[in-house]
Amino acid sequence: MGQDQTGGKPREQWGSRLGVILAVAGSAVGLGNFLRFPGQAAKHGGGAFMIPYFVALILVAIPICWAEWAMGRFGGRKGFNSAPAIFGTLGGKSKYRYMGVLGVVVPVAIYMYYVLLEAWCLGYAWSFLTGSIDLGNIPGQYGQQSSEFFSMFTGKIGDGSVFGDGSPLLTFALIAFVLNFVLIYRGVSKGIEAFCVRAMPIMAICAIIVLVRVLTLGTPNDDFPERNVLNGLGSMWNPVGKEGKSWISALTNAETWLAATGQIFFSMSVGFGIIINYASYVKRNDDVVLSGLTAASTNEFFEVCLGGLITIPAAFIFLGVAGTTGTTFGIGFETLPVVFKYMTAGRFFGFLWFFMLFLAAITSSLSMLQPAIAFLEEGLGVGRRASVTLLGLITSMGAGFILYFSGGLTALDTVDFWVGTAFIYVLATMEVILFAWIFGVDRGYDEAMRGAELTIPKVWKFVIKYVSPTFLLVVFGFWCKDNLPDRLHAIKTDTIVLMSVALIVLVAVFFTILVNIASKRWDQTGCASDDEERGVTT
Amino acid sequence: MTAAGWIIMFLSVGTVTGLLTFCFYRVFKKPASADHMHAPLEIDTHDQDT
Repeated sequence: MGQDQTGGKPREQWGSRLGVILAVAGSAVGLGNFLRFPGQAAKHGGGAFMIPYFVALILVAIPICWAEWAMGRFGGRKGFNSAPAIFGTLGGKSKYRYMGVLGVVVPVAIYMYYVLLEAWCLGYAWSFLTGSIDLGNIPGQYGQQSSEFFSMFTGKIGDGSVFGDGSPLLTFALIAFVLNFVLIYRGVSKGIEAFCVRAMPIMAICAIIVLVRVLTLGTPNDDFPERNVLNGLGSMWNPVGKEGKSWISALTNAETWLAATGQIFFSMSVGFGIIINYASYVKRNDDVVLSGLTAASTNEFFEVCLGGLITIPAAFIFLGVAGTTGTTFGIGFETLPVVFKYMTAGRFFGFLWFFMLFLAAITSSLSMLQPAIAFLEEGLGVGRRASVTLLGLITSMGAGFILYFSGGLTALDTVDFWVGTAFIYVLATMEVILFAWIFGVDRGYDEAMRGAELTIPKVWKFVIKYVSPTFLLVVFGFWCKDNLPDRLHAIKTDTIVLMSVALIVLVAVFFTILVNIASKRWDQTGCASDDEERGVTT
Repeated sequence: MTAAGWIIMFLSVGTVTGLLTFCFYRVFKKPASADHMHAPLEIDTHDQDT
């Protein structure tokens, strides 16, 4: 045990503690922090949203986060870095390796569309820098012009449109794709860590500059004196109820709790299989409790302190209440360009904003590739060049599919729904059950506390064993009830949806076959499970 | 901006900033474990890993 599975190469490790913290935080900080969180909060009770949000942070996100860190470091100590191998080691039986398939499928499938969002951000940053985003000179038509630009740029207007003349998205997608694979090829320390320790401070600086600009806007339009900074902050933070009711009504509404739990859950990147992979590269006795909490609090800083003070207030100041409603993409790529159009020096701030989003997206997408790279290397025993090439082929085909079928963003939305939402709930639930019920919560606690610089309260054992899985199952149940009927119906009626689901199934089957191959290989080398140590006979 | 809005905003932003500051203070205060000198009882001989 403990030996390397890739032909005796020295195992990869993080270069520094700050490096792994910023890499995990970078993985969590993404478009959701700046676009989804403010939109969800404004929609679900404003300031009242923060109460269920923090409850979910304490009861679900941080406990699972610590469990994932502990699982990852445990697997790394046994010489493994991929979810299938680590799950097998944790469960003590080879069948648990198959539970880990999702730990590879989820990040890979999400990468297939996330790299395109990255390309959108890069494209918008470039458009602001060069002035090629033209919303005209008639204020009343800025919104329509912005929507048209978005539809043209992203290919929302029709399938195959980005492959025609005039759409630069293909070029930006290629740049984003190549950049990801160049960094991932350089390895954990020289690629991911080196990039994240530079990108994270730059992101913070860019966001703080935009924040200062937003908070010093005053009342930019004398015709609308109510559209000022204070009211902008109020549109985000004032606790409000629906339809004129007291804000307490927002707390008694199950929808608010669902939205808050969903937001914190996706924001922290738990259930992606990413933290497990990243934590497997820490040293055997390195602290994971303080590191995990630091990465989580960094993510929260970007979300609450930067995203919460910029996006909705800026939209309100220039566009009023109408600017604060809409989907994540609507707020981010249709509303905010209008805001920057109104803003003095808007081109500069628009560039800064979208460049920051691009960096946020790339630190996240890198983390989606590494779990699969680790699995291919240790599962098939291939080198980095071969694993990067194989993963490049797989993800380019998936991303190409989503890029081509861009009409109405249906393919992107479908993969995001099934993998980026449903599979994450499933994977997180499996992780918690494996860790707390099969590996054992007492053993899990001791594992997490190994080398810890903070003491996890003992109540964590109860929370991770009972509260977190119950919370997850209840939220997932309500979520299924609200969403599944329409989504299942869409599979039957919409060919693009059907093909997108087929793509997901194909990726899942492919990796399941690879896990089967890897499992036989690990059995032959006698390295896959923790049976001897646990005294379990399989 | 109502009084309740101010309170929630300051509590949220303050709590998160405070937690972040505490965590990074603790991270930078102590050297990484690899730099520690380990006493004999802390040294893992790996004999349980095989």
